[in-house]
Amino acid sequence: MATTVTLTVNGKTARIHVDDPQMPLLYALRNDLDLHGPRFGCGLGQCGACTVHVDGAAVRSCVTPIGNVAGKHVLTLEGLGSPEKLHPLQKAFIEEQAVQCGYCINGMIMQAKALLDSNKKPTEEEIRTELANNLCRCGTHVRIVRAIQRASASAK
Amino acid sequence: MPAAILTRRGFLKTSGSLVITFSLGGLVSRSAAAASAPTAPDVWPFKTVAPDEVDGFVAIDASGKVTIFSGKVDLGTGVRTAMTQIAAEELTVPFGSVDVIQGDTLLTPDQGTTWGSLSIQNGGTQIRQAAATAREALLAQGAQRLGVKRDDVEVRAGRVVAKSTGKSVAYGALIGGKTLSLKVDQKAPLKDPSTYTIVGTPVPRLDIPGKVTGRFTYMQDFKRPGMLHARVVRPPAIKADLLSVDDSAAKQVPGYVATVRKGNFLAVAAKTEWGAIQSAAAIKATWSEWKGLPDEAKLWDFVRTSKVVKDEAVQTVGNSADALKSATKKLSATYNFAIQTHGSIGPSCAVAEFRDGRLTCWSASQATHLLRQQLAQMLTMKAADIRCVYIDGSGCYGRNGHEDAAADAVLIAKELDKPVRVQWMRADEHGWDPKGPPTLFDYRAALGEGGAPTAWESEVFIPYKPAKFTVPLVAAELAGLPADPAFPGNIQQSLAIPYGIPNVKATAHWLADTPLRPSWIRTPGRMQNTFANESFLDECAVAASADPFEYRRRLLKDARGLELLERLVKLAAWTPRAAGAAKAAGEVAQGRGVAYTKYELVRTYVGVVADVDVNTKTGAVQVKRFFVAHDCGQIINPDGLRNQIEGNVVQTVSRTLIEQVTFDRSHVTSLDWRSYPILRFPEVPQVVIDLIDRPKEKPWGAGEPTAAVVPAAIANAIYDAVGARLRSVPFTPDKVLAALKKA
Repeated sequence: MATTVTLTVNGKTARIHVDDPQMPLLYALRNDLDLHGPRFGCGLGQCGACTVHVDGAAVRSCVTPIGNVAGKHVLTLEGLGSPEKLHPLQKAFIEEQAVQCGYCINGMIMQAKALLDSNKKPTEEEIRTELANNLCRCGTHVRIVRAIQRASASAK
Repeated sequence: MPAAILTRRGFLKTSGSLVITFSLGGLVSRSAAAASAPTAPDVWPFKTVAPDEVDGFVAIDASGKVTIFSGKVDLGTGVRTAMTQIAAEELTVPFGSVDVIQGDTLLTPDQGTTWGSLSIQNGGTQIRQAAATAREALLAQGAQRLGVKRDDVEVRAGRVVAKSTGKSVAYGALIGGKTLSLKVDQKAPLKDPSTYTIVGTPVPRLDIPGKVTGRFTYMQDFKRPGMLHARVVRPPAIKADLLSVDDSAAKQVPGYVATVRKGNFLAVAAKTEWGAIQSAAAIKATWSEWKGLPDEAKLWDFVRTSKVVKDEAVQTVGNSADALKSATKKLSATYNFAIQTHGSIGPSCAVAEFRDGRLTCWSASQATHLLRQQLAQMLTMKAADIRCVYIDGSGCYGRNGHEDAAADAVLIAKELDKPVRVQWMRADEHGWDPKGPPTLFDYRAALGEGGAPTAWESEVFIPYKPAKFTVPLVAAELAGLPADPAFPGNIQQSLAIPYGIPNVKATAHWLADTPLRPSWIRTPGRMQNTFANESFLDECAVAASADPFEYRRRLLKDARGLELLERLVKLAAWTPRAAGAAKAAGEVAQGRGVAYTKYELVRTYVGVVADVDVNTKTGAVQVKRFFVAHDCGQIINPDGLRNQIEGNVVQTVSRTLIEQVTFDRSHVTSLDWRSYPILRFPEVPQVVIDLIDRPKEKPWGAGEPTAAVVPAAIANAIYDAVGARLRSVPFTPDKVLAALKKA
């Protein structure tokens, strides 16, 4: 049933008209709000490319109905930082050149942020465990781990 | 956004000169690499794409801004940055003044498909030669302008400078907004590598800031005004016929626009993406039964009994048959390598638009020029009326689904006369991208006194390659439109061995049949063949009770290869040992294995040592570490190269330990990441790399060679750990346990 969902995205109020409140949040972000950070990878919650934060928790936006996030705060990769004002994680990913195709990187950064929010100095093992459900096909893993360690080290 | 494009109005021929002027203003923006993608021009550009013309590759505008037109595209490998380095270096202009446009059939020369680790080796050297030609012409012109002799001028940061007077003139001023109108001079001198300031340095990649901030435009982000979203509805059995369609429920979905049916090709289009997904789910299609696939449990019997179309002698030295007959110490082995899928994280996506009888198709195809030919064939259209434009997609490791998604979009756009975006779902990608074919091997060897092989015979069973390098478009096949048969690539490559064995016979049996549509996936054939070669060599070394390094050294005459092995011994702190002397161990046994290749026997050298843990109770293999010594000649960007090598290792550890496509008699059954898992973070090894840089040598490829040696190094390490020989990829726990029982 067509409805309007109001939520906060990257600190701004967004009113999104949807035909179906069951539509995954991912499509609202990508197509209605033109936010391309979160990416379509599987639509099954299996790969993590679509990861965003809802009220501070990392969620898979491809399997989160838009109707379920009404009134909530959504943070995307774009809201984390910009090329002019990089978040420490984004800065660390650039410094480590921790990207190949980069299609998974949104999920890697957003999942890593969830980890660092609760554990400022994770061990390498904790980082690997946290990212166990984020898939990368290019094999950028070793750099991604280094980038997260770098971001963690740079945090006060 | 690079919106404005050359128009015929800007195409003027000045009298008395061969100079053609056009405006490059706005053709690209500085941020092209980072944040934008080509937009649709209503007026098609006019520019030479001739590969023998400097203008095919290089344009310099009046302000000195350089645009490089590259037929090779960046598949996530950093090639855009590397091409920028090569061009900036050879032209001697600041790195920041160079933009690269990639894979646009109207703008970039056909430099061949972006495959085979040839982007730098072939594509980059073509661009380098064009840039050198341009620089030499500008030097001559500059000398004339400055009124000095040719040998009195040099280039500094895009300016021709008279050494005697210090006076200078900028490239942009010399060109004055015109084209160069020169043939590429194959003899134009290249810069002395000892003077390089950009090539050979770890320049940060141009695309990464945009990619980590969500500002980069991938193919999947690209939109056109009035564009419809479409989804394909594939048959549940690969060659099933579409009997009937009931789209009444789809028509109730908000946003539904149309159902497109052409033969067995079925798709729905909607105004919104979610509408298209729901419409596709709501379509009720009835298909005929089809069970033409072989029994997966008997796949290797199927391969072995497939009709041989042609036998090809890949390598012949001496007389192996006689040598084997007379030998006393012989060994033989059979290996196989599973069907695997590309598994790009982002499923394929494309946009197509017809306007005034002409077609523009945006895709992440690694082969836009080839795609244009295939689309022309499918639609019986002139290729000249088709423009294929590359936009970076999710990582591409070969011929995956991009071209098929493009053909889907094209067919639907043609039927509906609207711009159409097709986004494959995960099951479309896992189910319908063409696969790396199953590969079967037989080996025989004879060992002489001292244990060195006196005879070596290998046979590989691989699907036949037709004359044309194409993989048929799914849409064309389903719709019954013209298409050529599938070509899986030159997958006999690297079956030949780099070792000095007196009697060698390597044979490729080209087969008439293979279960699933075959294509090339990273290191096609070379990975499988090197797995079998380097595993069997290890078996020979074991039989000879020789250290695997020492054994290879004995057989290798190539100084560069020997140097690489020495570097690898040091890197891995290798302790000499009799090969495969299995260690006494508890539940978890540790082992080390070696593998080496000279890629296709003609280029990049790679050697690796793998350190593995084998759990003898569960059969689980954990690859702990990979040491890689790598010599691809001149290195363009050492950090980009390391990134590629790391990716090669990690991706191939995944393919070696885990990956295989499963199927029933009708279709692929591994349709998601649960049924086709790939390596996860906790399982990823450390990668330790020694780069051997040879600035004065040719730059060779690095996108594939390391992958070739990974599977055998793991197999050999497992043997070292537990004395069990893994001859079938992937090395799943059940296969490890079965091999342990036999050991």
